[in-house]
Amino acid sequence: MSLSRSGKQSGLALDEPLIFERSRPGRIGCDVPETEDAEWMPHLPAALLRDPIEGFPEVSEPEVVRHFLRLSQWNYGAATTFYPLGSCTMKYNPVVDEALARLPGFAHLHPLTPDELVQGALEVLWHLEHCLKEITGLAAVSLQPAAGAHGELTGMKMIRAYHTQRGTSRSKVLIPASAHGTNPASAALCGYSTVSLEGNRIGLIEPAAVRRAMGPDVAALMITNPNTLGLFEREMVQIADLVHRGGGLVYLDGANLNALLGVAKPADLGADVMQINLHKTFSTPHGGGGPGAGPVAAAASLAPFLPVPRLVRTEAGLRWSEDFPDSIGRVRTFHGNFGMHVRALAYILALGGKGLEQVSRHAVLAANYLRVQLQDTFSLAYPGLCMHECVFSDKGFEPYGVKTLDIAKRLLDYGFYAPTVYFPLVVPGAIMIEPTETESKETLDQFVAAMKEIAREAREQPELVRSAPHRTPVGRLDEARAARRPVLRWQPHTRAAAEGTSPSSEPPLRG
Amino acid sequence: MTERALPPFVRLRGAIEPVRFLPHTEDDVAAMLAAIGVHSLDDLFADIPADLRARARIALPDGLSEAEVRAYFEARAAQNFARLERCFAGAGAYPHFVPAAVDHVLQRAEFYSAYTPYQPEVSQGTLQATFEFQTLVAMLLGMEVANASMYDGASATAEAVLMALRLRPQRTRVLVSRALHPQYRETIRTYLGGNFEYVEVPVDASGRTDVACLHQQCDQNTAALVVGYPNFFGAIENLAELCSIVHAHGGLAISATWEVLALALLRPPGELGADIATGDGQSFGTPLSYGGPGLGLFATRQELLRAMPGRLVGQAQDSAGRRGFVLTLATREQHIRRERATSNICTNHGLMTLAFTTYACLLGKHGLRRLAARNTSRAHRLQTALCAKGWEARFAAPFFNEFAVAHPQAQARWRQALARNLLAGVPLWRWYDEYPDTLLLCVTESPSDAACEELVAVLAGEVP
Repeated sequence: MSLSRSGKQSGLALDEPLIFERSRPGRIGCDVPETEDAEWMPHLPAALLRDPIEGFPEVSEPEVVRHFLRLSQWNYGAATTFYPLGSCTMKYNPVVDEALARLPGFAHLHPLTPDELVQGALEVLWHLEHCLKEITGLAAVSLQPAAGAHGELTGMKMIRAYHTQRGTSRSKVLIPASAHGTNPASAALCGYSTVSLEGNRIGLIEPAAVRRAMGPDVAALMITNPNTLGLFEREMVQIADLVHRGGGLVYLDGANLNALLGVAKPADLGADVMQINLHKTFSTPHGGGGPGAGPVAAAASLAPFLPVPRLVRTEAGLRWSEDFPDSIGRVRTFHGNFGMHVRALAYILALGGKGLEQVSRHAVLAANYLRVQLQDTFSLAYPGLCMHECVFSDKGFEPYGVKTLDIAKRLLDYGFYAPTVYFPLVVPGAIMIEPTETESKETLDQFVAAMKEIAREAREQPELVRSAPHRTPVGRLDEARAARRPVLRWQPHTRAAAEGTSPSSEPPLRG
Repeated sequence: MTERALPPFVRLRGAIEPVRFLPHTEDDVAAMLAAIGVHSLDDLFADIPADLRARARIALPDGLSEAEVRAYFEARAAQNFARLERCFAGAGAYPHFVPAAVDHVLQRAEFYSAYTPYQPEVSQGTLQATFEFQTLVAMLLGMEVANASMYDGASATAEAVLMALRLRPQRTRVLVSRALHPQYRETIRTYLGGNFEYVEVPVDASGRTDVACLHQQCDQNTAALVVGYPNFFGAIENLAELCSIVHAHGGLAISATWEVLALALLRPPGELGADIATGDGQSFGTPLSYGGPGLGLFATRQELLRAMPGRLVGQAQDSAGRRGFVLTLATREQHIRRERATSNICTNHGLMTLAFTTYACLLGKHGLRRLAARNTSRAHRLQTALCAKGWEARFAAPFFNEFAVAHPQAQARWRQALARNLLAGVPLWRWYDEYPDTLLLCVTESPSDAACEELVAVLAGEVP
């Protein structure tokens, strides 16, 4: 076994096999009392009994802990490094929120406990709904959707139900070309065809473009504001008015709400319905890819269509009610990602109204600071003030054969996570940087210095950048080959693997 | 409600602006504004129409200190009835013990503060753990491939139905067992949105999906059949028979398992003919947390891989030939295919896959079986004890750790148990008019023996 995954780095990065390769017959990581066969076996149909699962790991507790802690050390996280992943709002996650979500009165609460015995939990949810209504200016909130895209799906289902109730069959949804892929995918899941709207030369949607696209078959406009270029859609009020006058509705993608707190309320922008990504603006952890939470807020006209059950206050206290006949129904089990709701409310209470306003001001300050520091070194997609993020590109590096992906990989060597790359699609070779409000000026300056150094390297030592990263646990991975011959799991039948002598599904890869 | 009194030094309300998460000092702000070339923070918002800004104030109280925030939540948490050792409710969320090592791993900020591993070179921790998760889920469900998670069992099952409709584009009928979890059925209906024919297959006297009715309802227009395994009443379906019926008509069989511990002892859906196996992995390492987050499981056969929704992690090699892991087959996904994607899912339940993986590794090949055997034995003992005290087993089908029992006084006794801080399962009449006096009880390893005895006494009417 090799000691180091990367011969090029300083210090030891000990290799860590798959947990299946650590397995040895007879080990166990949790003591569970044995039950006599006679106590359970006769109760289950003999024809349906299975043998112990071939290949399932047999490992002790210390091995499990070491395995996963070593794996953790191969990750960059927003807590350990600057994580300027544009459009993902990778801000600091307050540590106390982790403790609060784990209070036994929350963590051990069964979702079907009668309402009168869960009033504390319902108060938390009611309070969070109240805060989100105040922040968005909208009339009603459902906390049920599990993620941003789930909220989009919910909102578009509500729009569909609204039109169906009015007996109109509208088939199209207008979506700016710069939108997240989830927008057209969510609209399509609701049976809509999508019409792409191009932005103007300064990156914005013009009322004229909307006027041209509007018609009796348009159900809604799905729009992100600020848009994914980090620009505020200045004509949003007029655009929303155009859509409304044409009988359509406005879905606001709330992915970039972190720029709007105390700046502009979604209701005033003309939004009829929107999702709120609690894992972005309200700081619940991104979890390596979830769980997020995507509450949906709606104007009074769309509130009857929100998912059920909904929380209502009665004389006897708070309770869940299914009594909303126009509701689109349920979009998942139980009441949403309660653990995330606790964290989000804790964050909102900690900051208060003024603190939340300060969040957006500082987020926009940081993004503009990076914009001006980097705009002489990298090509800025759209000039002028930005909101919470700014978009550069690899334009100008063609002579050196250095592309956006190379710049992103080289940043990893400098100890930073990479920005979002190749998105939005309307900017070729996009480098989308969102610093958030929780990074100090010193960190921002270090990032600027690293970016400038990479630009210098790209001109003077392009191969160094093209072959990056050099200081990470693994080098650049061959994603094309991985997709051509997908290996999506470890296979138990290779006995050598179980004995730890070689990886299972491919010939030995390590030296 | 009274909140714990706080010493004055932690009361920050109104005293200063809350800045503990915001590092910029006045000097920093001034320096950054100067670099940008504007005079004030307000100048940064010149693009926002003034009337919008004027109305944008957030009318919420001032921020709270950490101690105040903690006190607020401790007071609310204390108001809830949340005791695993007195919880006999399942119905899609199971009160299992979680070893401390699971939460220790989950609390590593390197895991929880990362995002979707777009940069694999600095995300190998998340990626390798996810590859292990996919392997464990595929093994547990007896399938060839599993994705890197969905939101929960209900949304995963609804996505499976949509996938079946994509694979059978000429067909419009979806058969759903009435013994499928009621909230799964509701979610499927929401996802279908009235565009397809949703038909429920009745339950027979044994508590299983009615095979005779299924024969009649299944036709050449049927895209899929969805059944629970075990089903909502805890009954273990004859899954192989149900799958063969829908296969005979060219449809797809979807099984959903929301108590995956059962699959430590029962033959997996993949072996019994299911084409898509979904479920919820909450039982493996995720606390109840009032029902969310859960963990949506989704597995299928290799040949259906490219129609599958959700993220996938695959094995890869780096430039030096070392093994690593990457997100793969992204051309199915929304960020590449947009409106033609297999699903709109983006963020999934990554951290819960880590809980599942850590838990499954700790219990391992034999621990899971022992735990499942213990659940089976305890549930049957409780059912036997209740039946000796005048309760009637509602269904005759074999069950794992959850069962339905009926009694003319069921509603009153259930209330009496609640008054004694015993969550005596969930009332079936909430979802099924046809089972008015029936409770659905679950017995995991968590309730103490004393609590089991007390429950029997209360439900038997022996305790006032």
